[in-house]
Amino acid sequence: MPFFNMISCEEAVLYSYGFATIASAIPAYAKRGDVIFADKGVNFAIQKGLQASRSRIEWFEHNDVEDLERLLEIQAEKDRKNPKIAAKTRRFMVVEGLYTKTADLCPLPQLMALKWKYKVRIFIDESYSFGVVGKTGRGVTEHFGVDVIDVDMIMASLENSIASTGGFCVGRSYIVGHQRLSGLGYCFSASLPPLLATAASEALRIMKEEPERFTRLRANAKSFHLGLKRALEGTHFQVQGSELSPMQHVIYEHPDPKVVDHKLDMLVDELYNRSILITRSRYLDKEEAFPPAQSDKVMTNSEMSEEEVVIALSEIQQAAQKVDATLDE
Amino acid sequence: MRYEDMDLVLYGVDSMFNFVEKYLENRLGSKEIPEAVIKYVDLEEDRNILTLKNIKFEKNDANNNIAIGKQKNNKSISNKEAISSPDQKSLNEFPQIAWWIVVWIYLAWALLNLKGYFKVAMHKLGIMKHSANEEYFKQKDFVPLYSSFESFYTRFLYMCRRDVFERPICSSPSAKTTILERMTKDNGWTFQFTGRKIDVINVGSYNYLGFAENHGPCAQAAANAIETQGIAPCSSSLEGGQYHTQKELENLVAEFLCVDAAICFSMGFATNSWNILCLVDKDCLIVSDEKNHASLILGCRLSKCPIKVFKHNDMKDLEKILREAILYGNRKDKKYRPYKKILIVVEGIYSMEGSICPLPEIIALKKKYNCYLYLDEAHSIGALGKNGRGVVEYWSCNPKDVDIMMGTFTKSFGGVGGYISGSKTLIAHLRKRSPLVRYSQSLTPATIQQVYQSMRIIMGKDGNGQKRICQLAENVRYFRRKMKKMGFVLYGSDDSPVVPMLIYFPEHLINWGRETLKHKIGCVVVSYPATSMIEARARICISAAHTKEMLDTVLQEFSQIGDEMGLKFSYAVVN
Repeated sequence: MPFFNMISCEEAVLYSYGFATIASAIPAYAKRGDVIFADKGVNFAIQKGLQASRSRIEWFEHNDVEDLERLLEIQAEKDRKNPKIAAKTRRFMVVEGLYTKTADLCPLPQLMALKWKYKVRIFIDESYSFGVVGKTGRGVTEHFGVDVIDVDMIMASLENSIASTGGFCVGRSYIVGHQRLSGLGYCFSASLPPLLATAASEALRIMKEEPERFTRLRANAKSFHLGLKRALEGTHFQVQGSELSPMQHVIYEHPDPKVVDHKLDMLVDELYNRSILITRSRYLDKEEAFPPAQSDKVMTNSEMSEEEVVIALSEIQQAAQKVDATLDE
Repeated sequence: MRYEDMDLVLYGVDSMFNFVEKYLENRLGSKEIPEAVIKYVDLEEDRNILTLKNIKFEKNDANNNIAIGKQKNNKSISNKEAISSPDQKSLNEFPQIAWWIVVWIYLAWALLNLKGYFKVAMHKLGIMKHSANEEYFKQKDFVPLYSSFESFYTRFLYMCRRDVFERPICSSPSAKTTILERMTKDNGWTFQFTGRKIDVINVGSYNYLGFAENHGPCAQAAANAIETQGIAPCSSSLEGGQYHTQKELENLVAEFLCVDAAICFSMGFATNSWNILCLVDKDCLIVSDEKNHASLILGCRLSKCPIKVFKHNDMKDLEKILREAILYGNRKDKKYRPYKKILIVVEGIYSMEGSICPLPEIIALKKKYNCYLYLDEAHSIGALGKNGRGVVEYWSCNPKDVDIMMGTFTKSFGGVGGYISGSKTLIAHLRKRSPLVRYSQSLTPATIQQVYQSMRIIMGKDGNGQKRICQLAENVRYFRRKMKKMGFVLYGSDDSPVVPMLIYFPEHLINWGRETLKHKIGCVVVSYPATSMIEARARICISAAHTKEMLDTVLQEFSQIGDEMGLKFSYAVVN
């Protein structure tokens, strides 16, 4: 498979399910007694992987590098007091390239600086950023100009921009090869059907040969982001997300969560009646480590024409104004 | 007198004895004896034929593994071995080996470990180095990533013997498949393709009913679905939605299993791991079989529920654990609270042991102690039972007695994915609470069509699935009997299409993998950590697509390789 060629890594391991990729990769390395520093905004699959690893998890505020540094200092202090235990405790950092819940990028250069300073291994989940971010879609490492060999492991799902099934982990052979026997979702499960693997291969080939897709995607994402901001001005709806992300979150500002819930649902229904499809973000609120904000997901892609973007934005503006004006029940 | 002009069904010869005895006792002259269905002949069985002298045998269509005969004289049969009655199922067998062989096996492992440690030393001295075995130079002062035996095993024992595992195939995994030949210049760390392809008889794929084909109605339906619906849904079920064909598939699954409702997911492993936590919480108890699959173990661990393990298929141990659990409750914090519910987790066919779970006894225990039953039919659905409805039909149990029936589409249906079926309330609950429905992708259209069509064929709606089911049953019986006769040690039940053949010694295992490939047979070998250290085995999966000639070729080659390597450990007398 050409994944390792695409990202210039030594080896890649392919899983047959995106959810299982991340949830099996983390417990293959982190065991009881290790420490994992994880962002509070990570997705459910990562949370389950962290739970399955049975390591000690230190959560830091979303995208807050100072908070992470504070936690790392505390850990470094503990290590200085107890060098014997410190020599056996592995340290990991788990972040996402483009966060699913907030549609913003992680501050990778600062995280890499912390990695070298405190000797922490970094795992990046690029499920939403692979094929989206970066000049040729190779992810946040390309976007920030970080050498991909410095990142211990990149995990990604093929179910998003590649439009297939499954997931992969790339990195140095030293790290990634270990999963062939200890990744539960890899060795105790069926492999990817050849149809879907070929579809993914072909998608990668197209990504390499048609870099103009990414230019179009970035243009659409930016115009969508700015257009949504303008469209939702004056209403209680707000846009959340980075300019680079084709996925934007639309939230409703109101103190009462039931009203928020109701308004977001009304927006989805109203747009459905106008032939625009958006969706509510669905979370298992009771199972999530940190309950995420309720939102609607609005997504664009590289193949949307400018007219379609303009039409969509105007419909969203009208629908948002109508829903906002409706009296609360 | 000889039987040159007659063929006898070999399997079930034991039951033939029993039935003939009863027949002679009762003198069933009044019953009509149907015409014979002639199958195979084996004139080597002199012992058996002599004792059945003067008796002409004909096959009874009602019981495939029985023969009934007309008696020409009144000579009674002297052969009174331990035999099963016509309705009794084959017992699970786990032949034990002598203690001194176990000692030899441990010595073999010790020697292998010594070889491994020698390599570690060479590596540290810099003589045998490989970049894939070395930490990144900038990270040399990081805490070492690997420090346990498991990684020593992977890097220094497994890597150089990796050519018998992870073999890439380039055709569909049907009865015959094509393996890409590889070679390694650095002792197993990396492989290069030589460009040659090896056609092998495939006894390693879970292709029980022969649906792993790239032609036929299933493949055609899958291709049509891609034309109209695309490759993948690109969203989770609850957000972007799922295909309407998935609803039809779920209804069909429920109809197939004779239950109220079903829900389908797109990975079998994930179905187990991420749904058990929706059913139990920390105040419940899970009682699981010792040999359960890794997905079930992960699912039970993630549920944060206390887990008790009972010995494999041991009903007395299970009952003891259930009684203690009910009597003492949850002893955590010395509060002895009663458990909210007790969930018994078992599998239909255990994929490493080839054994079938004793479902009627488990259901009886479940009813007696008021517990719930989770049955994982990954390997048994489609492969067992008169109509392929799995272990529930095999034991003639009521499907409504099993609370949660889980299965996968990967084995008998030639697709990917898993399902859970049960009552409507259970499925409605899973639709709301399962993480897979909210966070991960639903089934792809090609998969839905493949499974839908193959299930319709098995049910008889669109073709003759019954023929495949019968062919599988015959193949399984024939193969297992022949292997046992040759002297190989097999585990499990005679009805199970999973045939674990014990090899015991680790280096013999690797040689078996290499020799079988040279003889053009694709066989899967398994060792630690998937099995225990002293029970390394080759796992053979029989398919309905295997013809008798293929099975005979495989048996002949196995016999030859087994003789050369001295792997015929069995001393059992097989009739």
